[in-house]
Amino acid sequence: MKKPNTQPLSLRVPEPSGRPGDTPDFSHLKLDAPGAVDRPEVSTTPFDMRDHAFKLVRVLDDNGKAVGPWNPKLDAETLRKGLKAMILTRAFDDRMHRAHRQGKTSFYMKCTGEEAIAVAQGMILSREDMGFPTYRQQGLLIARGYPLATMMNQIYSNASDPIKGRQLPIMYSAKDYGFFTISGNLGTQVPQAVGWAMASAYKGDDKIAISWIGDGATAEGDFHNALTFAAVYRAPVILNIVNNQWAISSFQGIAGGLETTFASKAIGYGLPALRVDGNDFLAVWAATQWAEERARTNQGATVIELFTYRGAPHSTSDDPSRYRPGDEHEKWPLGDPVLRLKQHLIALGEWSDEQQETAEKDAVEQVRAAGKESEAIGTLGQSRPSVKTMFEEVYATEDWRITEQRREVGV
Amino acid sequence: MNMIQALNSALHVKMAEDPNVLSFGEDAGYFGGVFRVTDQLQQKHGLTRSFDAPISECGIVAAAIGMGAYGLRPVVEIQFADYIYPAYDQIVSEAAKLRYRSGGQFTSPITVRSPYGGGIFGGQTHSQSPESLFTHIAGLKVIIPSNPYDAKGLLTAAIEDDDPVIFFEPKRLYNGPFDGWHQNPVSPWKAQDLAQVPTGKYVEPIGKARVMKEGSDVTILAYGTMVWVSLAGAEHAGVDAEVIDLRTLVPLDIETIEASVKKTGRCVIVHEAPKTSGFGGELSALVQERCFYHLEAPIARVTGWDTPYPHAFEWEYFPGPERVATALKSVMSGGR
Repeated sequence: MKKPNTQPLSLRVPEPSGRPGDTPDFSHLKLDAPGAVDRPEVSTTPFDMRDHAFKLVRVLDDNGKAVGPWNPKLDAETLRKGLKAMILTRAFDDRMHRAHRQGKTSFYMKCTGEEAIAVAQGMILSREDMGFPTYRQQGLLIARGYPLATMMNQIYSNASDPIKGRQLPIMYSAKDYGFFTISGNLGTQVPQAVGWAMASAYKGDDKIAISWIGDGATAEGDFHNALTFAAVYRAPVILNIVNNQWAISSFQGIAGGLETTFASKAIGYGLPALRVDGNDFLAVWAATQWAEERARTNQGATVIELFTYRGAPHSTSDDPSRYRPGDEHEKWPLGDPVLRLKQHLIALGEWSDEQQETAEKDAVEQVRAAGKESEAIGTLGQSRPSVKTMFEEVYATEDWRITEQRREVGV
Repeated sequence: MNMIQALNSALHVKMAEDPNVLSFGEDAGYFGGVFRVTDQLQQKHGLTRSFDAPISECGIVAAAIGMGAYGLRPVVEIQFADYIYPAYDQIVSEAAKLRYRSGGQFTSPITVRSPYGGGIFGGQTHSQSPESLFTHIAGLKVIIPSNPYDAKGLLTAAIEDDDPVIFFEPKRLYNGPFDGWHQNPVSPWKAQDLAQVPTGKYVEPIGKARVMKEGSDVTILAYGTMVWVSLAGAEHAGVDAEVIDLRTLVPLDIETIEASVKKTGRCVIVHEAPKTSGFGGELSALVQERCFYHLEAPIARVTGWDTPYPHAFEWEYFPGPERVATALKSVMSGGR
C-alpha cells in the first residue's frame, strides 16, 4: 500500500554561504581557540579519539604566540626555513601564473593560502619516505630544495623537462625527492600510497608513505578504498585531506562536508583522525609529527583534515569571481599561513619586517634566476624533447608496433 | 597438471625464488582462491605473502601499483574478469601510464590475474571476455593461455616482466580442454601433451604465438578456449587449417600471423568476445594491411554476438565448432 507523506518530498542541493556579490560569511564555522584541543597519546585508540575529528587543532594565537599541548616547540632555524620555503613557493606560483599569462606555458595551478601544508610536511618526512601528492603540493618539492629551474622545465615542456614533454604542466615526478608521479585522475594516488606503505611494512622497512587528496576528491571511490585498505592492513601511511573549501566551483558541501567534517569520515573505518588549522604552520607540523610517530611505530594510518582556503583560482583556466564572493579569501578567519608564521617569528624576536622583506626579495630573485636558466632552454613551443622520446618508455622495451609508428613519424 | 595446478605451480615457484613476489585478492589467501589457483601459497610462504583482500577491485589493483612502485612484484587476482571494471581507472590511467608519465622514474611490474570467458553457464557476469578493453590501452600487455604448459610458462614470464600484465585465464579450460562440443563429456588435461608441466621453473616468451596445428588451406587465429574450438571446427569442416594460438595479444606475434596467412591465403578469426570492436577487428585489419595481395577470400570473424552474455542461450551465443566450420567452408569457397 502506498504510504502518504505528510508533505511532498523535496530534493536538497547544498549551496555555499556566499555567491558573487554577497558579503563573505564564515559565521557557521566552529573554530576551537588556539591551544584548546588536547593532544592524545599517539597510542590512543581510534575509538577513544573520535571527538578529535570534530575539533580543530590550532597552535598560533592571534598575537602569533604558540600555545597549548600541540606546540611542537620548533627551534628558530627550522621556523625560518619553513617561512622561507613558503615565501619561495608563493613567489614561484606568482611567476608561473604570470608566465601563463605571457603565453610561456599552457597551464598552471597555484597553491596560494595552502603553502604551510606541503612545506611543513615536506620538511618533516624524509626523501626516502614516499609522498603521493596532488597537483597542489608544489611546496613539498620547494621545501626539499628541488631545483626551481627543473620545475619550470617541466612546466615549459622544454628539452630539459625531466618527464620529456609528456605531461601537462605541474604534473611533476621526482622519485629522488620522495615525490610520486602526479596523475590527472583524482584520488588514484591515495590507495597507491597505502599499497606503497604496505610494501614497506611487508619488507620490514622503516619508510612510511604520505598522501594528499582535496576535499572534492574524497567523493571518489578511491578514497573509500584507500581508507579500507589502510585500516585493514594497518598500513604505515599518513592520509591528508586538504579541505580548501572549493573543488573548482563546487563548495565543500557538494563533496559531503555540509553536516560533518572530512576528518570524521575516518571514524567509520576505525582510523584515528586529526582536524587541523591548515594555515597554522605549527599545528600542521605537530599533527603530522603525531601521525608520523604512529606510522613509524607500526600503529598504522592517521587521517588528517587540513582546514584551509583556496586563495587563488582553481587553475589558470578558472575564474572564481563567477561562483564565489571576490573577497572571500581575505575574510577567511584562519588568515594567511605566511603572515601568521612571520608574526610568530617576530613575536619570538627571531625575525623582523626587514628580514621578511629581504626574504621576499630573495625569493623573487631565486625564481627569476631559475626562470632565466629555464627560459634559456626554452618555453612552451620554443624547445622540446626530441620527438623520438614520444615513443619511448611506453614499455620497458619497444615492440614492433611502436617501432613501425615511430618510423612513420620519421624519427 | 591441469591449468589450475600449472598456474598454482608458477606462483609457488616464483614466490620461492623471489621474496618480492606476493599474491593477494578476494578469497585468495587462506582459502586458496575460489578456483584454487592460489592454493597453499599462504600455508607455504606465509600470511603476508598470500593474503585475502577486501572486496574492492580498485583497492586491490591500486595497492598493487603502490607496491610495484616501491619495488615489489605483486600478483593480484580479480575473481572474475567481469568484475575488473571497478579497477579499470587504476589499470588504464595509472598502471599503464606510470612508466611513461614519470619519464621512467616509476614502473608498474604488476600482474593482474583474472578468470575469464564463457561456456560455463556463467550468465552475464561470470562469462565475459573483456580483452579488447585492455589491448586498446598503450602500456599494458595482455596474455591469454590455452593450456597448462603455456599457463605456467607465461605466468612466470608475466611476473618477471617489468610492465603491467593483464593475465586472463580461460576458466572453461581450468580442468580440461574444451572443444565446444558441449554434449560430449569433458576430456581431462592428462591426455594432452601440453599438460606435461615441469615442476621447476621455466619461462614461455611473451609476444610469441604457438602454431597448434600446421595446415595449408586457411589460417585460424584464436586464443584461450577458442583454440580448442577452432581445432574441432577445422576437423568438423574437413579443412586443413593452420591453427595459431596467439597466447599474447599485446605484444602480438605479427610475424607468425603474417607468414601463415601468406602461406594459406585465407584467414578466420575466432574469439568469444562480442564482435564489434573486439580484438578480431584489430587482427582483421592487420591481416588485411599486411597480406592483402595474398588473400583469396575476405577475412571471416567468428565471435560472440553483440549482446550481453546470456544464461539460457549459452550454446547459441558461444561460438562453437559448427560456427567455426561454417566460416571455414565459406572462406574456402571464396567467402560467398
